Amino acid sequence: MILARVAGTVVATRKDPRLEGKKLLILKPVSPEGKDEAGYVIAVDTVGAGYKETVLAVSGSSARMAEGCKDTPVDCSIVGIVDSVRLDEK
Amino acid sequence: MYFGRVVGCVWSTAKDRNLTGQRLLVVQPLTPKLEASGKRLVCTDSTGAGAGELIYWCRGKESSFPFLPEEVPTDTTIVGIVDRLDVTGSYPDRRKRK
Amino acid sequence: MLIARVVGEVVATQKHSSHEGRKVLVVQPLNLDGSDRGDAVLALDAVDAGVGDKVLLVTEGFSAMTSVGRPQSPIDMAVIGFIDQVDLA
Repeated sequence: MILARVAGTVVATRKDPRLEGKKLLILKPVSPEGKDEAGYVIAVDTVGAGYKETVLAVSGSSARMAEGCKDTPVDCSIVGIVDSVRLDEK
Repeated sequence: MYFGRVVGCVWSTAKDRNLTGQRLLVVQPLTPKLEASGKRLVCTDSTGAGAGELIYWCRGKESSFPFLPEEVPTDTTIVGIVDRLDVTGSYPDRRKRK
Repeated sequence: MLIARVVGEVVATQKHSSHEGRKVLVVQPLNLDGSDRGDAVLALDAVDAGVGDKVLLVTEGFSAMTSVGRPQSPIDMAVIGFIDQVDLA
């Protein structure tokens, strides 16, 4: 799983019928310190995440194990909203 | 599977129902020479690993299998704690012809 | 599948039960010219390979799990054969 921040939403009218009613969010990966990292991914939201929130994203076939994503064409889903990250001192 | 070190943990209240009760640990992936390689990621844990421990983790759908029959949505899970590691220093090929 | 060389072994007491009784090998994937292809990875052993052996490495879960005879377990890589020879046209 990766940490990411919600950077926007995607609106798609014509899409696979199995995706209907699903919220699509644009995620930007972040480091555990909260710094932005390169790249982006579009994920299905299953927990009600909002703009700028830090979330946990699962990718690959595991993404279909998120609630309501069974047998849907999804390769990345949001499975948690992060309250805090604790890093051990080096 | 890949080596990694536990460097932190994540707290999340609003999460997938099947993630309830799972520990979420921040892991720094390592090479077998124990140098950091790549971005830190968040892993579920099937071994009881703790802070600073050298572990190995598994990637992909297989990561959710330790938690069956519960369908935990995870793609990275800690599956072992490393006690000892024997790696040949320069990775020599024992079978190489002289 | 990839060509790889076994470069080490891991000892782990605390691990998932499906890994018990199988060696955890450190394997270095190789390019066709024999040079290293990225960093070494960890794989379960299905054929009793040892350090120095040139082996066949699967990097996909289903093949890995079934080759070590542990279906539905957290295994994403396995050593499933020895490579005797590679012929390039």
